[in-house]
Amino acid sequence: MDLHFTADEPTASEVEAVDAVLGAADSRWFGGQRVDRSEAQTSESGHRTAGRRHLLLPVLHAIHGRVGWISRGALNYACKRLDVPPAEAYGVATFYDMFSLEQAPPVVARVCDDIACQAKGAGDLCAGIEKVMGPAGGGQVSRCGWVRSPCLGQCERAPAVLVTASGERPWASVIAPATAQTVEAACSEDSQTDSPQVRDSVPQAGQASLQLLRRVGSPDAQSLADYRSDGGLRAWELALEQGPEWVIEQVERSNLVGRGGAAFPTGRKWRAVAQASGPKYVVCNADESEPGTFKDRVLMEGDPFAVVEAIMIAAFATGSQRAYVYVRGEYPDATERMRYAIAELESAGLLERACPIEIRRGAGAYICGEETALFNSIEGFRGEPRNKPPYPTDSGLFGRPTLVNNVETLANILRILQQGGAAFAAVGTERSSGPKLFCLSGHVAMPGVYEVPFGATVRELIELAGGVSGTGRLQAVLVGGAAGAFLGPDELDAPFTFEGMRAVGATVGSAVVMPFDDSVDLGAVLLRIAEFFRDESCGQCVPCRVGTVRQEELLERLRSGQPIGTLDHEHRLLREVSQVMRDASICGLGHTAASAVDSALERFPIFQEATR
Amino acid sequence: MSDQSLADAPDLTVPVPPGPVPSAPVRERRPEVELSVDGQLVSVPEGSTLLDACRQCEIDTPTLCYVETLTPVNVCRVCVVELEGSRTLVPACSRKAEPGMEIRTDTERVRLSRRMVLEFLASSTDVTQSPELCGYMESYGADPERYGERDAQAESKTQPVKVDNELYVRDYAKCVLCYKCVEACGEDAQNTFAIAVAGRGFDAHIATEFDVSLPESACVYCGNCIGVCPTGALVFKAEHDLRERGEWDASRQESTDTICPYCGVGCTLSVQTQDNQIVKVTSPLDQEVTSGNLCIKGRFGWQFTTGPSETSDDVAADGE
Repeated sequence: MDLHFTADEPTASEVEAVDAVLGAADSRWFGGQRVDRSEAQTSESGHRTAGRRHLLLPVLHAIHGRVGWISRGALNYACKRLDVPPAEAYGVATFYDMFSLEQAPPVVARVCDDIACQAKGAGDLCAGIEKVMGPAGGGQVSRCGWVRSPCLGQCERAPAVLVTASGERPWASVIAPATAQTVEAACSEDSQTDSPQVRDSVPQAGQASLQLLRRVGSPDAQSLADYRSDGGLRAWELALEQGPEWVIEQVERSNLVGRGGAAFPTGRKWRAVAQASGPKYVVCNADESEPGTFKDRVLMEGDPFAVVEAIMIAAFATGSQRAYVYVRGEYPDATERMRYAIAELESAGLLERACPIEIRRGAGAYICGEETALFNSIEGFRGEPRNKPPYPTDSGLFGRPTLVNNVETLANILRILQQGGAAFAAVGTERSSGPKLFCLSGHVAMPGVYEVPFGATVRELIELAGGVSGTGRLQAVLVGGAAGAFLGPDELDAPFTFEGMRAVGATVGSAVVMPFDDSVDLGAVLLRIAEFFRDESCGQCVPCRVGTVRQEELLERLRSGQPIGTLDHEHRLLREVSQVMRDASICGLGHTAASAVDSALERFPIFQEATR
Repeated sequence: MSDQSLADAPDLTVPVPPGPVPSAPVRERRPEVELSVDGQLVSVPEGSTLLDACRQCEIDTPTLCYVETLTPVNVCRVCVVELEGSRTLVPACSRKAEPGMEIRTDTERVRLSRRMVLEFLASSTDVTQSPELCGYMESYGADPERYGERDAQAESKTQPVKVDNELYVRDYAKCVLCYKCVEACGEDAQNTFAIAVAGRGFDAHIATEFDVSLPESACVYCGNCIGVCPTGALVFKAEHDLRERGEWDASRQESTDTICPYCGVGCTLSVQTQDNQIVKVTSPLDQEVTSGNLCIKGRFGWQFTTGPSETSDDVAADGE
């Protein structure tokens, strides 16, 4: 490609960071040694580099981790090495929240002010941090800065803060629950602060009935030898023994449906990809970013070998060439443990009969959890969803048939193979089979991930987590996530199953159960949800790009008691905004950006008065 | 050469026997797909889109981000139609026709979505120089006023007009983010990749790397982005200046088709003039040679028609 670059040059550390991913430059064009013979005849472009565009995101991460921001010179160098037009790379870099294109402090505290953390004092935390660290975003460049962040997926230990630091050895610390003092202390450290124990996120830990969470919190979760002696890799061995066809049959018989939110039958995906010919891929979607959701993080931190084993089985059953695990950028511990588990299995020679598995880190974009946006992100493009059809099983990652499954979905595979698909299908209800993880946060006494066979009601789940905390008087429960729905206190007997939720106009979504007590200003919660979708819309299609903004403005007008025209007019407008987003957006983000707000306005008497 | 191969060589005195006269392979007719549009059965060639089917039925379907010469990106969503069995509406411009599909184009749902999309665009951008969009707004009864005056314009929308070269200007207050310019600059036409979409959500905007000016960027001034811009966000500097002075007057303009005098390709130029001065040059989209695309010379290099001036020297320098 004939590219044009500005005159900006990279610094030595920026070159070092890029070279650490791509290897040293082998020609003078990139600042390497001149080799007369080869340079007269070859250039590092064409097919050789075109095949490396997928390294753009890892390269941007490397630069950012080293110097804390992406300068013009650094972007130029990355683009030269990868043969990517700088305008496109700029478009990619500006897509992600965790990348700064201006000089930024080397240490940044990302303070969650999303709904679960709000219910647990994020407002006070932000005020406290402002006192000790100055205003958010901070104008001048100092050592530490802080920014407000959408949900960090640490809701069970809210309020949560993620501290990221760049440098020769970049690190990231999770501080949860956080206070202004612990955040300040973590920011002044030179290395990672110890993370909270994952065992504490699973109040049921140690109970014999657990399947998916059985090993979470066991001290040997990080050792392959212990994993094996504890029955690990048995499903993998069964798969090898019985062959791909048997595996897919079991998955089909299990009636397992995807746990990421869309509830698509998993067996159908596996079958379709297995039947496709040519190169194909497995993608484990670990970009869990739905506000209130942290179950996949707990699985990856608590039992990483099980997740990787399931990926191996998926690759073997579908005959895939390569597997990717796309972990959200805000999950440093999960990333590290998954990386370690993959490396251990690889050095034990166990990936040979499966396929190579690679970790890719997101960089702060909720939309990249949408499967086609995730493919674009891995490929080195902006994380904008693609129009469907074609579906991933026909044309997914790199345009090839791709099996994409959520972490929890994959974790179920081990049980299915060990118990048999039919036995798995017998657990739960007829239409919602198997064990299920639920994320309880907000006003519950014992927040955390709970494992229950499908069929439990919302009330039973809340009781399992110790009942409503705070004032003890329940006002509303958000189920399914920010893209889910609010239920009133009179709807708690609805079973949390696909059919049960549908009956009350809600969805299982990512199995969030977030009760709010009667002290919570529900209007403020709705506004925060609207703000979340406005921030996270990719901006590609008009209904979502503008609709999420108009929705937020409307709620703000209603909340401040300053409607344009009559209240009726404003409510009608809100319904129309909601409908165009649901009907005409490209992807699920737009389709569901209004569902929580709609459900709340249907059920609760909020925003019904002209003045507050 | 060995003796053996000499012996094998054809004897030039013997005429080569006549073979079949080569001819272009007969193009097989694509199989047809039958579907129903607003209750009317219609048959379109396989691979056609729902938009093709609608057009065949002479149903007026609004489009903004779609143009025949570029890959459909289906981002504006103004062409959505109702498809039986689909939970959401589908974009007509990119959805392929399948046998047995049942399409509705004039339901309440379709009209609402189209009207809202138009309102959304008009409430956040300056659409006054897009007669097409204004026409759709009228027919769908769009009322952008109901979002109030103080409502957000995207950051990129409030930036001043970018005038950084003598050939064309970029006024992103008029940009509806249809992606056409990006496609025309990139793989669909020019392969220059000087611009791309940057930022996210409501702040998404078209930009060069780090928003550098066009002369610092990879831009080659082919102007193919101007050729596809539906809202006047990208215009010739000549047009921009005339509009600024209030002298742009479409009623005094004529368009004349001619062939570009520069090289041997033979691109058709549509030369737009006002008061005998060239104000804009385009090429018809359906023109076989150009598909609407030109190069810097054909698009901008017409100052010689009005004799030497300071401007023409500047242009020559920029074009180098």
